[in-house]
Amino acid sequence: MIDFMGYGPRLLEGALLTAQLAVLSLLLALVLGLATASARLSQNPPLRAIAVVYTVAIRSVPDLVLMMLLFYGAQIGLNQITDAIYNHWGYDIFITIDPFAAGVATIGLIFGAYMAETFRGAFLAVDRGQIEAGAAYGMSRWLVFRHIRFPLMMRHALPGLGNNWMVLLKTTALVSIIGLSDMVRIAAEATRATHQTFLFMIPVALGYLVMTSVSEVIFGWLSRRYNAGFEEQH
Amino acid sequence: MQELLQSIAPWLADNAIFTPQTLAQYWEGFVNTVQLVFISLVLGLILALPLSIGRASRLKPLSLAIWVYTWVFRGTPLLVQLYIAYYGLAFIPGIQQSIVWPLIRDPLYPALLAFMLNTAAYTTEIFYGAIKATPRGEVEAARAYGMSSLMAYRRIILPSALRRALPAYGNEVIFMLHASAIASVVTITDLTGVAYNVYARFYAPFSAFIFVALCYMVLSFAIQGAFKLLEKRMLVHLQPA
Repeated sequence: MIDFMGYGPRLLEGALLTAQLAVLSLLLALVLGLATASARLSQNPPLRAIAVVYTVAIRSVPDLVLMMLLFYGAQIGLNQITDAIYNHWGYDIFITIDPFAAGVATIGLIFGAYMAETFRGAFLAVDRGQIEAGAAYGMSRWLVFRHIRFPLMMRHALPGLGNNWMVLLKTTALVSIIGLSDMVRIAAEATRATHQTFLFMIPVALGYLVMTSVSEVIFGWLSRRYNAGFEEQH
Repeated sequence: MQELLQSIAPWLADNAIFTPQTLAQYWEGFVNTVQLVFISLVLGLILALPLSIGRASRLKPLSLAIWVYTWVFRGTPLLVQLYIAYYGLAFIPGIQQSIVWPLIRDPLYPALLAFMLNTAAYTTEIFYGAIKATPRGEVEAARAYGMSSLMAYRRIILPSALRRALPAYGNEVIFMLHASAIASVVTITDLTGVAYNVYARFYAPFSAFIFVALCYMVLSFAIQGAFKLLEKRMLVHLQPA
């Protein structure tokens, strides 16, 4: 057994935090992505404009800069709002932003923009005839979405989603810079304290490799599922 | 640069945060970021070219070894690779007394090493995908003309594969620019590092980070535009008539 000099349990906790952060941000990113893609494809010009600005702005700025902006900015912004409320109405509210929640919100917000692009492309790839056929059967728009557009779209979206998920998983490492105790931060602290870089960093790297490789297997399975009824393409 | 800053000083007179000194810091960060990204991209590109050919070769052990390299570097965060390069080299026993120490002590070189190996891994896979997608007929035609493998690569496969890889490579360049923001954790004063310093000094997260976000945005759009132009010239033969 490898001797982690007492850092073993904290490394495991860090790995758990990484996994939780990644899964929760993914869920948020999927919801935001679907909503934004729908907004971009809608008939409503202001809604479309907001979606375009959101996706373009987020995707042209580094994740770390956005993270710092939201992380350090959110608390100050919130304090200014609560101060204003106090000055105007006399309610004294004090809200402290939980770093974990802030991390989930930030990564979700960033990857919502990437997901939106993936979903938009995939929705556009769905044959119009299929949607018209649904409407001809008297299905409501929601039923058409649930039974026709969504399952057909997923076939085109899955490769992009898988890719986004891998990038998201690796991006969670950045939260260690802004102060969350994920496995990278624990390993960096342990490295600085003991000067044993490889002892701590190699297991962390392996942890990421396991997570990305397991994801690849899951996405392969999902892709076979959503490709059912279509010929295998190479 | 100094003169330019002096000339705009009157306009900044009422601005507490964006003084000429702050702008000079941002400029230094800008130069550092561009240098770091450009050098790692060039080195990564030089490394990726032979690696992608090796990855496409029929020699199984070679192809497998290169796949393992790209799998490891694409499956782990760049931040972890940067820490391994930075602390891993610095904490090797005895290295602080050796002649290479002045090189390693400067965080620029470990950062360049990590960035170069990372972008080379992604670029290798991009080029490999393009090489593999070369129409079989083109390769067979080259063979029928009696070209050796080397000549077929040089005259037929690479010129067309590298052109087709251009859009994906453009994305990789922008990805690298954004990924370079982590250089500040090993005390390199890149754009993000400067923004953090400005934030810490004035406690003004919005001004400091939105300004730097705009700098990155300008760089991203410039790179995107450059690749669009390049694609227009190089991929003319693939355009619909």
